[in-house]
Amino acid sequence: MIKFQEVSKTFPGGHKALQKISFELRKGELAFLTGHSGAGKSTLLKLISVMERPSVGKVFINGVDLNTISNKHIPFVRRDIGIIFQNHRLLDRYTVFDNVALPMIIEGAHRGDVTKRVHAALDKVGLLDKVKCYPHTLSGGEQQRVGIARAIVTSPPLLLADEPTGNLDPELSMEILRLFEEFNSHGTSVLIATHDLGLIARMKYRSLTLSHGRLLQDPLKEDMI
Amino acid sequence: MSLLFKGRQTSYERKRSSVLARFYFFIVMIIRQGVQSLGEMWRTPLASIMTICVLGLSLTLPATLYLVVKNVQQVRSGFQEASEISLFVKQGLSEQQTQSFVKRLALYPEIEQVSFIDKSQALEEFKALSGFGNALDYLDMNPLPDVVLVRPTARNQSPQAAQALLEKLVAEREVEEGKIDIQWLERLNALLSLLRESVITIAILLLTSVTLIIGNTIRLSIMDKKAEIQVMKLVGATNSFIHTPFLWTGIWYGVIGGFVALLCLTSMMWWLESAVQEVAGVYQAQFALIGLNLTEFGLLLAMAISLGFLGSFLSVNRYIREIEPDKV
Repeated sequence: MIKFQEVSKTFPGGHKALQKISFELRKGELAFLTGHSGAGKSTLLKLISVMERPSVGKVFINGVDLNTISNKHIPFVRRDIGIIFQNHRLLDRYTVFDNVALPMIIEGAHRGDVTKRVHAALDKVGLLDKVKCYPHTLSGGEQQRVGIARAIVTSPPLLLADEPTGNLDPELSMEILRLFEEFNSHGTSVLIATHDLGLIARMKYRSLTLSHGRLLQDPLKEDMI
Repeated sequence: MSLLFKGRQTSYERKRSSVLARFYFFIVMIIRQGVQSLGEMWRTPLASIMTICVLGLSLTLPATLYLVVKNVQQVRSGFQEASEISLFVKQGLSEQQTQSFVKRLALYPEIEQVSFIDKSQALEEFKALSGFGNALDYLDMNPLPDVVLVRPTARNQSPQAAQALLEKLVAEREVEEGKIDIQWLERLNALLSLLRESVITIAILLLTSVTLIIGNTIRLSIMDKKAEIQVMKLVGATNSFIHTPFLWTGIWYGVIGGFVALLCLTSMMWWLESAVQEVAGVYQAQFALIGLNLTEFGLLLAMAISLGFLGSFLSVNRYIREIEPDKV
């Protein structure tokens, strides 16, 4: 689903955020991306959602080389990816419904379809009763779940999450991870960036560990050395 | 449309696979955004009201000047065709010669009416009107010439035609001198064209500044919604999707600003109406102010709308491109 081929990213000023990263996330796989702060997790996610371009190397999604996508077509790449942010990035002026509906409105969907799918998405995250609320009236966990509903409303084949449990207590974090597992069980590929190691330890999924911009092949062994 | 996943189509996309249906949905979306941006202006009117007023008032000034030109033209056209030619007959002609000259004049196809004022009659008139009274009795002889007043036919009353007729009449051997009072008309014409030119200059200056003001308002509104625009870009909005509401805002500014200008003009005319009537009364003339007709108002509105659109277009193209969702 996602394939990195010898990808390096150097920012202007010489900061090497990523160095020669190669890995593959298979179709329908759920994986964690971990590492200390500043290890390059966010940069890696940005390369997938084409917020940044690699300095060297290639990123493939579903076999399509993202370097071949022109700036004009970036929006269409992002429509295939559901992105969940740590600070959830909801629009305060809009209701929960309008926030979740945004990706569908952008695609020019019909009113009826929008209502149906938004309700389905909110139902999945258990917030159907908050449809008419404004984001700032919700709790942190609820806001995060609205963000998740927005990411899945168009049923994208790929979900990216950047620290989705960053500000939440363990119980809520677990709840959110269960949601990701559920989407994954329907065939969606999921990549979750997190530094919450305790959370990863409790689940049996592959984890990619970044350290100073490099991918550690076998984290346990390398850590011991 | 999916670039990465061939064949990934959501149920709502399948419904509009044909070109015609896509076009229809595109139009529907644009209209929907238009209504939404109007709704947003309605909810937060303070930000827009000043810009709309600036637009309206800036349009009012050139439109007022335009109306002044139009009304003066109307007044002028009332005077334009009243040209009367005065012919002064040479001294020393016999009465018979003069009479036959008058008869000959009446046969001219360009002339509608000829009236003859002989010199003694003219002297009496002069005595009565000038106030010199008896002083004139001390003159040995009447110094005034006989005068023939000629009124050209309607077709020959324009300044140029009357001038041509005058030249023809002066060539007659009985005529000493001819006069036609069109000089003031020419001066008025020159003044009017000066006014018309200044309307255009002022309009260009004002409308340029209005465009910049609208552009700036839209720029502020873009900056205000920076976070929103970033999120939209993140969830896959194309630039045109993000541009459209701002362009609509510019268009709505134009529509409302146009009506503001109309309101200003109408109330100004209403205010001036009685004063104008008074002036017209003094001159014993029938005169009514004319306002904008429907075509002219349409033109005003179209101009306002295109200014609003242009202003926002400039800003949108410049500033939305710069907003990229770098920081996650």
